[in-house]
Amino acid sequence: MSVAIVDYGSGNLHSAHKAIERAAAEQGAQVIVTSDPDVVRRVDRIVLPGVGAFADCRRGLDHVAGMVEALEESVIRGSKPFLGICVGMQLLASRGLEHGVAQGLAWIPGEVIEIKPTTPNLKVPHMGWNTLAPKRQHPLLKDIPTGENGLHAYFVHSYHLQATNPDHVIASTEYGAELTAMVGRDNIVGTQFHPEKSQKLGLALIANFLRWTP
Amino acid sequence: MLKCRVIPCLDVKDGRVVKGVNFVDLKDAGDPVESAIAYDAAGADELCFLDITASHENRGTILDVVRRTAEACFMPLTVGGGVRTTDDIRNLLLAGADKVSIMTAAVNNRDFVREAAEKFGSQCIVVAIDAKQVAPGRWEIFTHGGRKPTGINAIDYAKEVVALGAGEILLTSMDRDGTKSGFDITLTRAIADSVNVPLIASGGVGTLDHLVEGIRDGHATAVLAASIFHFGEYTIRAAKEHMQSAGLPVRMD
Repeated sequence: MSVAIVDYGSGNLHSAHKAIERAAAEQGAQVIVTSDPDVVRRVDRIVLPGVGAFADCRRGLDHVAGMVEALEESVIRGSKPFLGICVGMQLLASRGLEHGVAQGLAWIPGEVIEIKPTTPNLKVPHMGWNTLAPKRQHPLLKDIPTGENGLHAYFVHSYHLQATNPDHVIASTEYGAELTAMVGRDNIVGTQFHPEKSQKLGLALIANFLRWTP
Repeated sequence: MLKCRVIPCLDVKDGRVVKGVNFVDLKDAGDPVESAIAYDAAGADELCFLDITASHENRGTILDVVRRTAEACFMPLTVGGGVRTTDDIRNLLLAGADKVSIMTAAVNNRDFVREAAEKFGSQCIVVAIDAKQVAPGRWEIFTHGGRKPTGINAIDYAKEVVALGAGEILLTSMDRDGTKSGFDITLTRAIADSVNVPLIASGGVGTLDHLVEGIRDGHATAVLAASIFHFGEYTIRAAKEHMQSAGLPVRMD
């Protein structure tokens, strides 16, 4: 089994690579960091990381010739298991509203909007460890304790994905209001938090992704 | 619910920890990566490396440390010290740092904060502020380890760098640093209440009550300490249990 981590110039690939590699080693999977659309077509699973601003990341993805097409082909038509992380998750939306409007991949209809603090003492970015409130069962959360007394995930973001279809929200997190923590449908899933930085919860989620047969 | 963060900070010089961690049996107490692994296992919420390498030739050593840490620890990592250009930031992020802390370069050129935030996103730009009280209710920014005054008002400066895109403030009271007498709560609260980004309180922690005060009274969202953890006086777990018993939300995963 092989996993591609898409490299489109959006930093911090090293952490994602090492965390996935650790989980993959236990399952005998091969992890490839790549900016080659043909590699994306060839592998069994795809991870799209992302750090920074939405529009910047979208530009970066568009700059890799043929990458968006390869992703559409592999994920939408080829039904390969797909995991988007942070801005890689936000890019699944129809559009992002960070520093102007930018188009997303529109795989999960919705918009990426700014977190508005509901009280003055809530700081933005939403930064640190928070728990997950699952909206429904999902194989990626299998055997992971969630809820107020569950494990924590590491978040750092000022925008979040508001999905048009509530069924696409797998889990939320509480920060004054409900923020979207995890979205998905069919073979597609995305986490606003960073599994590669979320210790126990993160490594368990990545292992679940590598085992996932949607 | 979002939890308060407890952040141990390691001073790293030429790729080696300056004051070695000795709360566990490490094969090499001077290896930052071994210390990072120990803190990861102990339940630290983030880790901070402060690079105090003086010579230009050895500045690259921190990148190797960050790279090896990111291979072994799946927890957030902030790196500061000597960050002067966007290339410095990019290299640290590519090596595996999640956030980069800038200090002197931001004091000398505020535009650097804006440039960095636009390029890499506010979420990874921490501005470190070393402040000293100069009159009642007035604190000024000092650089060079508290030796060099700048005449800049710390509260005004914090507001300014946040407006330019800083995603977090790392505030150190130079009056309290190393004294073990607790955070400068008046200063911490004055800055925390003036900005809408998270603030890490630093400088002066000697007891676990100090950690509680930093968050409860100083309105910080995270507390940073070095010696109380490195020398095994208190464990991260003990710190969190103490904070929890004081009614603060903490992560006990």
